[in-house]
Amino acid sequence: MTVQELPGAGASHRSTPPPAWRPRTDAAPLLPDPEPYRVLGTPAADRLDPELMRRCYAELVRGRRYNAQATALTRQGRLAVYPSTVGQEACEIAAAMVLEEQDWLFPSYRDTLAAVARGLDPVEALTLLRGDWHTGYDPRERRIAPLSTPLATQLPHAVGLAHAARLRGDDVVALAMVGDGGTSEGDFHEAMNFAAVWQAPVVFLVQNNGFAISVPLAKQTAAPTLAHKAVGYGMPGRLVDGNDIAAMHEVLSEAVRRARAGGGPTMIEAVTYRIEAHTNADDATRYRGDAEVEAWKAHDPIQLLERELTARGLLDEAGIQAAKDAAEEMAAALRDGMNAEPVLDPMDLFENVYAQQTGRLREQAAMLRAELDAAEQDAAEEEDPS
Amino acid sequence: MTTVAAKPTTTKPATMAQALNRAMRDAMAEDPTVHVMGEDVGALGGVFRITDGLAKEFGEDRCTDTPLAEAGILGAAVGMAMYGLRPVVEMQFDAFAYPAFEQLISHVAKMRNRTRGAMPLPITIRVPYGGGIGGVEHHSDSSEAYYVATPGLTVVTPATVEDAYGLLRASIASDDPVVFLEPKRLYWSKADWSPEAPAAVPGIGEALVRRTGTSATLITYGPSLPVCMEAAEAAREEGWDLEVVDLRSLVPFDEETVVASVRRTGRAVVVHESGGFGGPGAEIAARVTERCFHHLEAPVLRVTGFDIPYPPPMLEKHHLPGVDRILDTVARLQWEN
Ligand SMILES: Cc1ncc(C[n+]2csc(CCOP(=O)(O)OP(=O)(O)O)c2C)c(N)n1
Repeated sequence: MTVQELPGAGASHRSTPPPAWRPRTDAAPLLPDPEPYRVLGTPAADRLDPELMRRCYAELVRGRRYNAQATALTRQGRLAVYPSTVGQEACEIAAAMVLEEQDWLFPSYRDTLAAVARGLDPVEALTLLRGDWHTGYDPRERRIAPLSTPLATQLPHAVGLAHAARLRGDDVVALAMVGDGGTSEGDFHEAMNFAAVWQAPVVFLVQNNGFAISVPLAKQTAAPTLAHKAVGYGMPGRLVDGNDIAAMHEVLSEAVRRARAGGGPTMIEAVTYRIEAHTNADDATRYRGDAEVEAWKAHDPIQLLERELTARGLLDEAGIQAAKDAAEEMAAALRDGMNAEPVLDPMDLFENVYAQQTGRLREQAAMLRAELDAAEQDAAEEEDPS
Repeated sequence: MTTVAAKPTTTKPATMAQALNRAMRDAMAEDPTVHVMGEDVGALGGVFRITDGLAKEFGEDRCTDTPLAEAGILGAAVGMAMYGLRPVVEMQFDAFAYPAFEQLISHVAKMRNRTRGAMPLPITIRVPYGGGIGGVEHHSDSSEAYYVATPGLTVVTPATVEDAYGLLRASIASDDPVVFLEPKRLYWSKADWSPEAPAAVPGIGEALVRRTGTSATLITYGPSLPVCMEAAEAAREEGWDLEVVDLRSLVPFDEETVVASVRRTGRAVVVHESGGFGGPGAEIAARVTERCFHHLEAPVLRVTGFDIPYPPPMLEKHHLPGVDRILDTVARLQWEN
């Protein structure tokens, strides 16, 4: 028996053509631009709003200063760890700026700057990384979900929250942030699919900063771009220069507008670079060379905007100085806040595990209370042995 | 017949991290089916450098940086093992293994059983676990209770440099899936050790008496072993001569060594970092009570972490079982008081 004789093996065995098939969605409008979208340094910059851009500039300078201060705090042992966003400030800040008060931000562990740009007190934003508590703020009050350390796990939450808001008839958009590495996790795929099927008002912002710790993008995905992934779920994918805050602001605003108007989710890939190591504990020389880092330093988000604005006469020395001064003020307040010893009560360990404390936890709390009292008494006796 | 001069063995200070690295290197050199994979295990050598140099020595096909997807890593390892390879996968941190639990529980643990032995899965899953390193949330979980509650998994955890090497070699050689729990705060603990001629250690399923004593037995494993050893030293001042049993292997559990020890001493305390309720200590205490009831002078007590989500680093010292808490518990073994 030859292969040809197998029933159904070739088209010749089909008596009727298959039923007509058509795609559910036209893929073309969902496909990303072939090149990252840019505004700064292009004719599109003619339509920049000077006031908005000056605000962006001040925020970028403040963001850079925040990064520098947080990194300095790790050297002084005030912060256990800090994942820097130097080079990625435009993504962090644009993400916060495009949201309305009632909207929600779902940051990943690296995105403390986005939370600060949304108005969170810098000291509160760093509580997790300082180590005194896991989340240093009330997410409902701030409309910022807890910084998520397990990667991509916050994305389905963003979808669920946005969906719930819509069910209740509220005007709320959720913007969820994830790294390039995080797009490989199952939770990323499930969140994208839910969002598209439910047409939830969600914006996914992927910061492609080149690496997931040591693993370069080429080992993370074989897709043409991460933005292409969106098409498979049935939502638009946008590719943007993540260092161009004007482009980031425009594309994110558009996606938020679309979501708000009931147009469903968008996935945005911001092409950027992590200038510093993964965290202060990482040795980046093991997996990347200086030349690449230097090339990206020349495409700096602050410099890109500063050049554009000064060339157009929208920013002068005084404006630059004012931004610097404001940043220094924030840094000084952050230093002061972080230098104050956090007031910790070990008995807090047993609070908020359950709405109603269990008997077992009460027992364990009593045990710790006794230990603490005994230690206090020992200390007092040592001081005053009379 | 030729006589081979015995190789001089050099013992020098080695860390647990180095012993683990050497175990994988030796296993890979001896057996071409051994493959290491996980997040950042290649150029970086893992975030704890446990796989340092393996990609360089054996190539990226044998020590592979995977995409960032724990379910994918373990699921792919299942397929690789089905095709005759011996995958050794690294989960970067205890809490980041959770996305892989579907694969672990539904497939890894059950493949031998559901195929009536036709399809064993020789996979080693290395999981750095436990606290005491000042990590932020999701970096300090003691997840052993989930693993030991899953039939089909072997669960081991070394506490010494010798065992790190010996137990990892045994795990990779095992025809069953092994969850290999690495006490991350002992990664940099040192011992005099010879990588060229590593001492033979007892295999999986055997506990070791690390210190003999007569007044009570401390039963422990992994990160709590050094704490128990210190507590045993300190207890001498109080007139207690404590025996310390290092379980090394939680599944299978070496009931005989534990039972023999408790029958000798008549008193027992189980010590571990994970929460007490439903923790491994509960099972151990129950087994000891069943087998030693008439030998016991006091109930079997436990010193464990609290039953709370792992605390932030600034408070973890209050949560982790320390020497004082162990000594206080030992004092409670004087039941007549
Ligand atoms: C589920 C899970 N697996 C592993 C880790 C450990 N981890 C922390 S950050 C990181 C790399 C993340 O890379 P990417 O998503 O690109 O974000 P980036 O760090 O570049 O911002 C890894 C592997 C984690 N936090 N969560």
